[in-house]
Amino acid sequence: MEPAHNSAQGNLLSMQNISKAFAGIPALSSASLDVGHAEVHALIGQNGAGKSTLIKILTGYVSRDSGDVRFDGADFLARSPQDAQAKGISTIYQEINLVPYRSITENICLGRESRRYGLLDWKAMHEEARHLMARFNIDIDVRKPLLSFNTATQQMVAIARAIGFKAKLVIMDEPTSSLDEREVAVLFDVIRQLKQSGISVIFVSHKLDELYQVCDRVTIMRDGRTVKTSAMKSISKIELVASMLGRDISQVSKHATAFGDRKGQIGDVLLQAQGLKAGHKVQDVSLNVRKGEIVGLAGLLGAGRTETVRLIFGADRLHKGSLTLDNKPFAPAEPIDAIMQGIGFSSEDRKLEGIIPDMSVAENMTLALMPQLTKMGIVDEEQQRLIVEKFITRLGVKCSGPQQRIRELSGGNQQKVLLARWLAMNPKLLVLDEPTRGIDVGAKAEIQTIVKELADQGLAVLMISSELEEVIEGSDRVFVLRDGHNVAEFVGKEINEGDVMAAMAHGASEKNGSSEEKRT
Amino acid sequence: MKKTSLLALLSSQGVLIALALLILFGWLRYDNFLGLFNISTVLRYNSMFALVALGMCFVIMTGGIDLSVGSTAALGSVVSALLSPYGMLVGTLGGVAAGLCIGILNGVVIVRLRILPFIATLATMLAANGTALLLAQDQTVSVSYDGTFINLGQGDFYNIPIPALIAVVAYLIGSLVLNFTSTGRTVLAIGGNEDASRLMGLPVNRVKFLVYALSGGLAGLAGVILASQFGAGQPIEGVGWELFAIASVVVGGTLLTGGVGSVGATLAGVMLLGLIFNVLNFENGLGWISLSAYWQSVIRGLFLLAVVILQSRLATKESTA
Repeated sequence: MEPAHNSAQGNLLSMQNISKAFAGIPALSSASLDVGHAEVHALIGQNGAGKSTLIKILTGYVSRDSGDVRFDGADFLARSPQDAQAKGISTIYQEINLVPYRSITENICLGRESRRYGLLDWKAMHEEARHLMARFNIDIDVRKPLLSFNTATQQMVAIARAIGFKAKLVIMDEPTSSLDEREVAVLFDVIRQLKQSGISVIFVSHKLDELYQVCDRVTIMRDGRTVKTSAMKSISKIELVASMLGRDISQVSKHATAFGDRKGQIGDVLLQAQGLKAGHKVQDVSLNVRKGEIVGLAGLLGAGRTETVRLIFGADRLHKGSLTLDNKPFAPAEPIDAIMQGIGFSSEDRKLEGIIPDMSVAENMTLALMPQLTKMGIVDEEQQRLIVEKFITRLGVKCSGPQQRIRELSGGNQQKVLLARWLAMNPKLLVLDEPTRGIDVGAKAEIQTIVKELADQGLAVLMISSELEEVIEGSDRVFVLRDGHNVAEFVGKEINEGDVMAAMAHGASEKNGSSEEKRT
Repeated sequence: MKKTSLLALLSSQGVLIALALLILFGWLRYDNFLGLFNISTVLRYNSMFALVALGMCFVIMTGGIDLSVGSTAALGSVVSALLSPYGMLVGTLGGVAAGLCIGILNGVVIVRLRILPFIATLATMLAANGTALLLAQDQTVSVSYDGTFINLGQGDFYNIPIPALIAVVAYLIGSLVLNFTSTGRTVLAIGGNEDASRLMGLPVNRVKFLVYALSGGLAGLAGVILASQFGAGQPIEGVGWELFAIASVVVGGTLLTGGVGSVGATLAGVMLLGLIFNVLNFENGLGWISLSAYWQSVIRGLFLLAVVILQSRLATKESTA
């Protein structure tokens, strides 16, 4: 009954003490991962925990600085993804990386085509493709282009390709994130089939329920280290969450954290979101934020937190649900609509969605403010200078001067500039998505203090953070999201690590029940 | 660190240094290189390219490209030649309006229909070319010599060729817009990070539309000068102008990926590439050697390559620093 990953047979894959640093910043410090033969092994962790770096080392995208990898009984070093594939490790990515306009046959056989008299043997290749797809009980015309099939089928094609390459280990990176429930069930059948035919799977997912359905063991990573490896059946969901967040379950306090340093008054409801739905990630989210209040949005990666706030900011389209701001209907079609209503949004990805790297500190701070700073089309540089200097002083931005290019600043100082960008507009509501990610401890505390001061002055703040203590200690109220639903709400003294983690893992029992009813 | 700053200096000021060296070389080597006639001829001829390059500069700074400017200039020249009997004003406005139409079409297709600039402007390049040939009935269209139209291209204002004057004014306005208006800053913000610009609520679509309209309008104006200067609307001129414009912009240190750029350096880029041709003519005039005019393309190409290599080396230096 126990899957064949006992020590007598040895492990299929053994990664020991793997370390890797990018530009001096460690991404992995002595991480380890063992995967047995015919085992489905879950790999989980928060953003930045090192999962993807570990996998990239395995698949040859990056090289390791130190550590040993053994695969299939021999030392293993993949020089490129092709090399890894040739040695028996294939990867299925969440965005399927196949050739959409070519047929299923070509997608399965590209790189190892059958030949006859030096020319392609189409007949044999179609036959092989049909045969491989039939293993998953999928009977389709393999001559049709890949893009004429749905995501689930395309994923099957990717898996068939891996099997065609005689993969011994298949890595699946969040394979279920764009599948519906029925498709997930089909995928899990396929995973069980792979296991039966002796193929191992590394399964990366943020949906904890799924892990219990298909995985034998789980490895949890945090801050570039392997925190724990356990058999799936002997670990509870709450333990998984606690390990991911770096908490010891036995020491998690049930008491509210002292939060006496808030001076401001919490006022009326400013923003009300009702039954938001968009895409796969946001199913049914309702929340509200009051004036002068810091509302924390907790949840695991993939719970739909960022997607929810992007809807509030008008960065993505809302499919269902409604928003009100100051008791008036509010339907932002574009970010500018939200900005005009006094909402600021600091994105979780500073580099891709925040800074304009080659522009100066001053410009990054005032670009969004340009309309107010412009007189008859010409920028009022004197006023711009005053605003920039005010915020550089007020937020303590360390830079050589307003004209320094923002790319040369540290992460913490870049973040302060982005905060200033919104504060300069005098917003009513500030949405902060991971405001302190990748920032050193000192700057982090400074930013947290600034946010508290702002709320004391009446600003409403909606804050996403993957760090439990930031949410617990920094929020007046906490909403917990799970798989696109808001499952719990905690106010003031109710906020404590234990209950918030439990909600992230299970969902609050009574609310979970009601949302279950709604779905059926 | 030192090496990086040297590279940075070369990258930002390299075009000016190269231009100065080339002028010095020409002045020392050839009589009359800095004579009034030669200066006036070079400026008059290259002002057309300067106008096209100015529009291209704005487009490239947003991270886009406009391949249609050459055909648009040809179309502008035909339209203005056809309208030249009605006077300078009508001829000029007609040519500019024709260019503006193409630019607006580019803007709409790129912004509203979300077609890649490369493809969208490739299509309008063909369309403008065909329209020009249709209007001109497949031959050059003589301009009217009765009115004032030809003064625009051939006249002087206190010894300064009028086309050069137009170009200088356009560059002054362009520099002002880029550096001192919110539209100009938005141009660079879009090229630097379009996603961030949208999330900041900047008018991304409006500004992208504007740069393509501007590029079309300036190409139309260049066409007007072309017709006026050579006395005819030329439906088959303008081939390869877009590449000359792109080369000038890049030689001037503007990044093809957008986000970094300078209007002044683009003008220097135009002058540098234009003078290479001029120097080659003088060299042939000395009689020692006889280099075909095709050599100018080779030399321009080498310049372009050198600049691009410099830029990419600088980029890798910065990313590892």
